[in-house]
Amino acid sequence: MDLSLETRTQNNRTIVEVGGEIDVYTAPKLRECLVDQVNAGSYHLVIDLEGVDFLDSTGLGVLVGGLKRVRSHEGSLALVCTHERLLKIFRITGLTKVFPIHDTVDAAVADAE
Amino acid sequence: MPLLPTPNEPPGAALMSQVSLAVGADPAHVRVVRLVAGAVARRAGVDEESVDEVKLAVGEACALAVSAMQAHDLTGHADRLVVEIEDDAGIEVVVRAPVDLEQHALDAHAGELFPDGLAVIRGLLDDVSISSDGAGSLVRMSWAAEVAHPTV
Repeated sequence: MDLSLETRTQNNRTIVEVGGEIDVYTAPKLRECLVDQVNAGSYHLVIDLEGVDFLDSTGLGVLVGGLKRVRSHEGSLALVCTHERLLKIFRITGLTKVFPIHDTVDAAVADAE
Repeated sequence: MPLLPTPNEPPGAALMSQVSLAVGADPAHVRVVRLVAGAVARRAGVDEESVDEVKLAVGEACALAVSAMQAHDLTGHADRLVVEIEDDAGIEVVVRAPVDLEQHALDAHAGELFPDGLAVIRGLLDDVSISSDGAGSLVRMSWAAEVAHPTV
């Protein structure tokens, strides 16, 4: 499975819905999407990982890169993820302390307001 | 070792086998290796949670190797990352990279907020050894089977 990306806005937040696998091959596509969003002036991002089957450290690097970009514009980046196999990677790498991780997009949007 | 079990052997006794893959420095091939490793692990009777772990750990080692090979211009036809997957009461995966992965991980992740692929592997697994000699690295990882006999 390749990577799918869909974006929409909800309560002035940009929701990036990601599906498929984020790895060394597909991560550049996600990076490009996040860079485009920030360049277009979207500084408050919610990245929905509920449709993601696989995530590796390359993907984590892209998420951290996105966080750095939005923070340089006083923005925010929150994640939506309930899959244990993905949450485990965030825990192992200590990134649960870096990203706000929510169960639903609505919860992520509400928390950011 | 015979390739197939003989009639006198108990079921599963001679099913120990090795799958070997040799791939170039192409990120697209990392997924192929990951899926093969996951399939061999599942067939060997490794539980589903650990199959996810196999795919992640093998993917991390190969992703790091591919990026290291690209960084060192090891992109020719003869430049190969070799992955050996041994199916024996669980699986053992050996990743042989023609470049020093530990040094590359240090160089590529200096000052980063997130850890490199080798750190993820060490965080995931107890049964792992990583050795480098400057010219290459060897990552050895293993997972036990959940059941006594592999599923077919």
